Amino acid sequence: MNQAHVEFVLRIADDSLILGHRLSEWCGHGPVLEEDIAMTNIALDLIGQATSLLNYAAMLQGEGKTGDDLAFLRFDREYRNLLLVEQPNGDFGMTMMRQFLFDAYRTILFERLQSSSDEMIAAIAEKSLKETKYHLKHSSEWVIRLGDGTEESHERVQESLNTLWRYANELFYTDAVDDEMRKAGILPDLSDLRQQWENTVNHVFQEATLTIPTNNWKQEGGRKGMHSEHLGYILAEMQYMQRAYPNMEW
Amino acid sequence: MVTSSDLWLWLEEVSDPEIPVLTVVDLGVIRSVETDGKNAHIVITPTYSGCPAMKMIEDQIIEKLKEKGVDTCTVDLTLAPAWTTDWISEEGKNKLREYGIAPPENEPDKTVLFAKPTVVPCPQCRSLNTRMISLFGSTACKAHYQCNDCLEPYDYFKCLR
Repeated sequence: MNQAHVEFVLRIADDSLILGHRLSEWCGHGPVLEEDIAMTNIALDLIGQATSLLNYAAMLQGEGKTGDDLAFLRFDREYRNLLLVEQPNGDFGMTMMRQFLFDAYRTILFERLQSSSDEMIAAIAEKSLKETKYHLKHSSEWVIRLGDGTEESHERVQESLNTLWRYANELFYTDAVDDEMRKAGILPDLSDLRQQWENTVNHVFQEATLTIPTNNWKQEGGRKGMHSEHLGYILAEMQYMQRAYPNMEW
Repeated sequence: MVTSSDLWLWLEEVSDPEIPVLTVVDLGVIRSVETDGKNAHIVITPTYSGCPAMKMIEDQIIEKLKEKGVDTCTVDLTLAPAWTTDWISEEGKNKLREYGIAPPENEPDKTVLFAKPTVVPCPQCRSLNTRMISLFGSTACKAHYQCNDCLEPYDYFKCLR
């Protein structure tokens, strides 16, 4: 087993899993029926991606575990998702802002991963990219509509941006895991990831009449398993069934 | 003696659980069929990563082929090449339209931000005066539209490529 390889797959997988779970919390609570359906559709795509990725991570580990074991039976410090995706849903504007910051990053990441030397990663990236493009279209349109909407919607979505901006820097986190993956050809060159992401984000924020906060306080830790207080609550709900009734299926 | 053309023919009797008017062959999710004369090996691909119908499609294929006298049938899932709506057959597209679901239109790449919504003709009255209600519809593969002329709300099988 190559530890860095497993780690690398888990990072992508956990972003999908945790954000998918967060979005599923909107089920039955959306501001309008169409958006209730949209958010749960996106959640379904993300959880589908997480399934493929976690199954693959379990296979790479070679310890006889399944993707479900990884989804439901790890402790908080073993999750590798970004702090951004575990942040609470807040209002609809907050959810769309979180989604937009993430989708803009994910689209570029999957575009690049299509040329990974790891065939499974390349296949999952090609599949997921088609879905992620729809997510980005949806979230960017909402950010524009809310930002350039009424006085109240503008104020609230600007407030969401101010709150979430501190987590955006972690999208570009790299460490020895990435170096090793790059050497192995599994991770293609991403040196312009931040530039590409900023192009999308600036373009949309300009249309949305939103201002990027000048406060540059940054928070990170998710890639190393150091999470905000919110992850524990997500896991408590997500893992409840498997913890209370081990090995249950339906 | 089972041949692969038998298998293709029999698979046309397996319908998509969510859009029963389409067979799994129309939908383009059958990637390959193999047989040694007695057993069958079928490879399928999901439409969307989280498509909840895949397990049911797999079970229905096994059930159908068993009914046709195939000894053992194995079904594998592949992700690459990724499914695209271009693989839906022409016949499938016609069936969708008759069923009241607008088939996929030739759409530009979704990375183009700020693109205008695609014009999707109404499957009921064929009017082009329609509007998108939501990018996401009743299943992962559909968007929600409404006709401005006959007022019919309808699903659009969105273009994926």
